[in-house]
Amino acid sequence: MARIIVVTSGKGGVGKTTTSAAIAMGLAKRGHKTAVIDFDVGLRNLDLIMGCERRVVYDFVNVINGEATLNQALIRDKHCNQLYILPASQTRDKDALSTEGVGKVLDELSKDFKYIVCDSPAGIEKGAYLAMYFADDAFVVTNPEVSSVRDSDRMLGLLSSKSKRAEQNQEPIKEYLLLTRYAPDRVKLGEMLSVDDVQEILSLHLLGVVPESKSVLNASNSGTPVILDEKSDAGQAYADIVARYLGEDKPHRFIDEKKGLFGKLFGSK
Amino acid sequence: MQRMSTDSQPVYFQSPALEFKSSTFSVPVLVLSSNDLKIIELQLSEKIQKAPEFFKNSPIVFDIQELNRHDLDIDIGKLVKLIKKVGLLPIGIRGGNTDQNQRALEHDIPVHSLHSSATAEAANTPKKIASAPEPEVGIASSTVLITQPVRSGQRIYAAGDLIILAQVSAGAEILAEGNIHVYGTLRGRALAGVQGNPHSRIFCSDLQAELISIAGNYKISEDLNESVRSKPVQIYLHEQSLIIKDL
Repeated sequence: MARIIVVTSGKGGVGKTTTSAAIAMGLAKRGHKTAVIDFDVGLRNLDLIMGCERRVVYDFVNVINGEATLNQALIRDKHCNQLYILPASQTRDKDALSTEGVGKVLDELSKDFKYIVCDSPAGIEKGAYLAMYFADDAFVVTNPEVSSVRDSDRMLGLLSSKSKRAEQNQEPIKEYLLLTRYAPDRVKLGEMLSVDDVQEILSLHLLGVVPESKSVLNASNSGTPVILDEKSDAGQAYADIVARYLGEDKPHRFIDEKKGLFGKLFGSK
Repeated sequence: MQRMSTDSQPVYFQSPALEFKSSTFSVPVLVLSSNDLKIIELQLSEKIQKAPEFFKNSPIVFDIQELNRHDLDIDIGKLVKLIKKVGLLPIGIRGGNTDQNQRALEHDIPVHSLHSSATAEAANTPKKIASAPEPEVGIASSTVLITQPVRSGQRIYAAGDLIILAQVSAGAEILAEGNIHVYGTLRGRALAGVQGNPHSRIFCSDLQAELISIAGNYKISEDLNESVRSKPVQIYLHEQSLIIKDL
């Protein structure tokens, strides 16, 4: 049986798709057969971030409607042969998704894959609801900023009450916090919420902090998940997150400000 | 534990069309000591003559346990007709045996099995067992205990007291007909005594609420004095105003 991970946030633009691409790639690179599904029907983005937009023939909605088989629609990643992408349809809207249809696709994928990463659209409507409904684990992507934190809190409420696990009184979804676009220097100036501030409001297990980084935009533009950029801080942060998710004990990084030359020389804070 | 209710689905904000509530009414009880319908009719009419307005269409429960104690049977159908004839509306039978209760039900008369009255059946069985645990069950089931954080957008309603062992996030709403206890940070809205109980209170270990209300008297976050913010406090109503006091 596969483990179904939903990457969600409530708010848009916080880094869900970047995160989905990075962790799906990270899990696949470690040898786990992984599928990543774009639930943002009508606003398809994941294929761009994964760099497979020119190989899309069939999509998620085609599979749900029985117009294509799962194998026809899955796109094998060009960097890693353990990773497959199921793109969203760009010409349809969220109403094309149904609980039974999504459930059937996930069931079929579960037979073959170790991890299924569901890239949720923003909002709390149908697309986001179906992305999280069947989840076992939830990666709640949050920016250190009040509106994002509140939306994440809202999403956590839905995870604990509207998911399949909640409705069937099973063990609840495991929820993890991913703090993205974190800028320690701005935190220090009081312009941004700190890790502790966010933790206090959400009281959630912190899986990792991803620093604000130019490498993320570069990675998106070139269609290679940022985790493949091993030199970048964001890439390393995602690698840490995947390791922690798989049970490895890694100390948190990128929370404190990078020390300048003088800081390094004199060891001052 | 009551299930947490959250919205997200459009149906959520629709208010329910009905709800069940428990109320206590004061209803006259007609205690019979004779099974002679003629005498009953005569004496009942006399009583009604003395205060016709009071008795006009008055609901009434008839109690026949005295008759049963003396093995005096009575025709329930005829009794019901008689009561209706003198202008009363029978709404229950008390102290009847199985047969009589069955006949009462046939005439749409509900059976009241009050524990205080030794009914013909109850006389044979130990009545204490049935009656003792009832009030406890009533209290326990109306108290709601929540152990998980109450997230933004979630709404919890308790018909009695509400106890929350975790935080209540901004944008969440907790409501209770009784008291509210929050053993975490209270950032959302807390409304105690929502059915109008002015004696209900709110207790919390860290007050950062968006709104607090007791029996409709409320304060919003902006009105909270800095001296009580982020502290363990209790909130109660005194002469129509909210008092916030350190715990």
